[in-house]
This record gives sequence, structure tokens and C-alpha cells, in this order.
Amino acid sequence: MLTRRDTFAIGLGASAVALLPATAFADAVEDWITAYTGGAAMEEGGVTITAPEIAENGNTVPVSVSAEGATEIVLVATGNPTPGLGRFTFGPGSGAPMIATRIRLGRTQDVVAIAKMADGTFKTTRVEVKVTIGGCGG
Amino acid sequence: MQHLKPARSLALASACVAALWSGAALADPDLTADLVIDGELHIVTRAPSDDIITPNLPERYSGWLFRSEDTRAMEMDDFENPAMIAVEAGAELWTTVDGTAGQSCQDCHGDAEESMRGVRAMMPHVNEDGVLWSMENYVNNCRTERMGAEAWRWSGDEMTSMTSFLSLQSRGMPVAVQIDGPAAPYWEQGREMYYTRYGQLELSCANCHEDSTGQMIRADHLSQGQISGFPTYRLKNAGIVSVHNRFRGCIRDTRAETFAEGSDEFRALELYVASRGIGLGVEGVSVRP
Amino acid sequence: MTDVRPRIRLPRSASAGDSITVKTLINHDMETGQRRNSAGETIPRQIINRFTCEFNGVMVIDVAMEPAISANPYMEFEAVVPESGEFVFTWYDDNGEVYTATEAFEVS
Repeated sequence: MLTRRDTFAIGLGASAVALLPATAFADAVEDWITAYTGGAAMEEGGVTITAPEIAENGNTVPVSVSAEGATEIVLVATGNPTPGLGRFTFGPGSGAPMIATRIRLGRTQDVVAIAKMADGTFKTTRVEVKVTIGGCGG
Repeated sequence: MQHLKPARSLALASACVAALWSGAALADPDLTADLVIDGELHIVTRAPSDDIITPNLPERYSGWLFRSEDTRAMEMDDFENPAMIAVEAGAELWTTVDGTAGQSCQDCHGDAEESMRGVRAMMPHVNEDGVLWSMENYVNNCRTERMGAEAWRWSGDEMTSMTSFLSLQSRGMPVAVQIDGPAAPYWEQGREMYYTRYGQLELSCANCHEDSTGQMIRADHLSQGQISGFPTYRLKNAGIVSVHNRFRGCIRDTRAETFAEGSDEFRALELYVASRGIGLGVEGVSVRP
Repeated sequence: MTDVRPRIRLPRSASAGDSITVKTLINHDMETGQRRNSAGETIPRQIINRFTCEFNGVMVIDVAMEPAISANPYMEFEAVVPESGEFVFTWYDDNGEVYTATEAFEVS
């Protein structure tokens, strides 16, 4: 159960996030990634993300990701309220370590993919997706 | 803002318009793009202009030509087009009995593929009583007068599913609304509205969609404002948007009080705007950002 | 239109042992829990939080989904079909509901 003090602390935390978005986002993303990899080093490359350079609407951004030899891929948003997008685990029936889906991006940001390889190592890559602010947001 | 003197207000409005259009890079429609659904059905996205309806347009362009490659691709595959969810829901409603008469759409109209083919292409249309009706009016008339069922909300899920389903039966057919005879006064009213400046920004439909086609309004391409693609799946809404809903959004964006969906004004405007797209293919259910 | 209707697309044919492209789409709002209604109250989160695909009982893909997956979630992936059989697709809703779709597939 939450005590009043906890609630107060949570409230403070939320305010801090609101006041310091850039730093807080960066920390949250770092924490999220560290939690996933257990702090292991990641090799750059070996993962391919296909996403529009400019998304016409951040609400539905088509993105695909593949990584040869991966058993699992996670997608991370670096500028959303929460970093996680999805974790894709490939089973023995998988034909290739790839996935295509549609994601929400709150603003222009990097999308990071981390692939967990069969030997337990990690590979990563990132792409920037510019999210335009429509003129007629009807 | 409403307390400003007229001259001041005008200057302010001009400033706003200038701000909206500043840095307007010319972003012409992509005239090399070809709209083909599932590799089979070609849809006309460019149609010749004429001197009566669109004397100020060099050619009529579907809004599809103004979208990014990703958005265009989503419409070219019926599986990837999320609007098909609404079409399927509409197909189910077509055969669902509702109301005191114990009837479904299908009981009277049979197979929609035959009976509804071409209907969307001629909407809105003047009914037997001389009143201009949108497709939504025809649907609700059936429901309340023949089926003894409740009218659906203009932009409610049931209605947009039904209009999506009906629209699909005309997919690929050229827009062919009637604008003469009994439709003439409605068409005139719609044209009048199209060139009337609304709102605190004092913008008419024509200011954006005729004078500035291909330019950017902030980060968005201004299309010709064609409605041949409606009902449309808007990525922003993650749902189906009706023509009148889009009109409301546009007028609100001029910072005006808007007309109601289904109002006399919007039905007249719908007829006029539809006529500006005569010859363009009905896209059935399009995808727009 | 609260009915959840999964959509599946498989290729028309494949040979035994081929890898085929599977596409799925399901209508769901994927309510993030970040939005407010017109009264200013937070709309509670309700998303599909997990999606799985199996072929003849063998796991093809298992996806943990976050609120940043777009409404009407779309998934496209590759599956191996060693023999004819049945695909089972399962979506898990935050509200505890589970939506299932099955699709038979014949190899040549």
C-alpha cells in the first residue's frame, strides 16, 4: 500500500519529469536499456531498422526491424513518455528474425533497436524519425 | 479578440496567414505515383479540370498524390489499409436485422455489390422531395422510415462503418455528382461557401485548397481538398473520418464556429466540393495522415 | 463497433519448409493511459499487451506490446511451415480478455 509520504515522493518525481523532460527522458531510456541488457556492452550495427525519415503523423509510424542471428529484438523510443515499444521473441517456428509493425512517436526522436543474439550478446542501432506537426490537426 | 477593431483584426489575420505560410517550400503533388489497389484495381487520381466548376485548377488531383510514400502504400493494400476493419463491420451491419420491422439492409437491397454499385459516386444527391441528401441521410432514412430503427449518429462508428462499406461498392468509379437541375441551387450555395472567408483567420476553403495547393501549411502539404477519398482512415484519429467531420475540422482551424455535421450548409458544401473532383476515382476508403 | 475482429493474411501457397510472410491486424484502441477525456479525467490504460503466433504448437513469435504500439495493431513476420497445419494467433487484452484466431495452411 502507498503511504502518504510515498505518494508525495511520486508526485515530486512526476513534477521533476515534467520540469526536466530531456534529461529525465535520457535517464529513463538509459535505465530501461540497462535493465534489458543487464548492463552488457552492445555492438553497434548488425541490426536494420526501416522507418520513414519524416513521419506524416506520429500516431501511426510504420517501422520494421531485422537482425540476422537474433533470438529477440526490443524497440525503444527515446522521446516518448515511456521508452518501451515492444519486445519481439522469435520462437523455433520463426522464419527470420524480423518484425514490421506501427508505432506511436510523440515527437521527433531516435528509435533504438537492440537485438539479443543466440550467444547472449547484444547488437544495437538507431534511426531518427522526424515527426511533423500537421497544419490541420483536425 | 472579438473586441478588436475591424482594421486591427484584419491586419492580425493577415499576419497569421503569413505565419502559416512562411517558409512555404513548393511541394507539388507526386504526379508520377500510380494508385493501384492490391496490384489489380487502378484508381484515377488525376482528372481534367474545366472552365465551369474548377476554372482555377490546372488539373484535379486526389489528396492521395500529396501524401508521403508510406501513407500512400497503406492505401494500396487492402490488408494494410486499417479502414478495411470498418468496411468489414459495415458488411456485417448490412445483413443485421434491426428495428421494429425486423429487417436488415439486405432484405430490401439484396447484394450490396450490385445494388449499391455507383451510389457513392453520385453522392450527395437530390432526393425525390427535392432535398439534397448525403449518403448518411439515405442510410438514416431507411433506418427510421423503413426499418423502424433508431437513426445513427452522423460520425458514429455504425454510420462510418456503413458509409465505408457502401463507398467500397463504388471503388474506382469516377465521381459523377449531379450539379444541374434540382441540384443547381445547392451547388450555388456550396460554391458561395467555398469562397467565403470564415473565422478569426478569415480563410476560405479556396485560400488554402485552391490558391495554395502544393504548398506547406506548417509541416503539412495542402492538397486540393478533394473528397473523392472519403470516408478516410486518418492516422491521427486511428479511425474513420466523414466528409462533414473534416469540414468541421477545417472551419474550426480558421477559428470559426463551425456548422453541424449533416447541416444544410455542409450538405451543400459537400456537393460543391464533390463536383470539384468529378472524374476522380472513388477511393472507397482512403488513408490520410 | 466494440467487436474485436482479427484479420490474418497468409500467402496462397508455399512448399514444405518454406518461410512465409504472415500479416495480422486487430481492431483495438490501444488506450495508452496518457489521454484525458473531455471532463479532464485520465482515461485508464487498456491495451493488448501480448501477441503470440504458433504453428502446429510451435512458437513462431511472442510479442510483449507497450502502449506505444499504434491503435489497430499490425504485425508482420516470417514463419516456417515444415508441413501442413494450423496457425493459432492470440492477443491478450489488459482487461483479461483473450482473442484467438486460427488459420489452416496447406503446403505443397
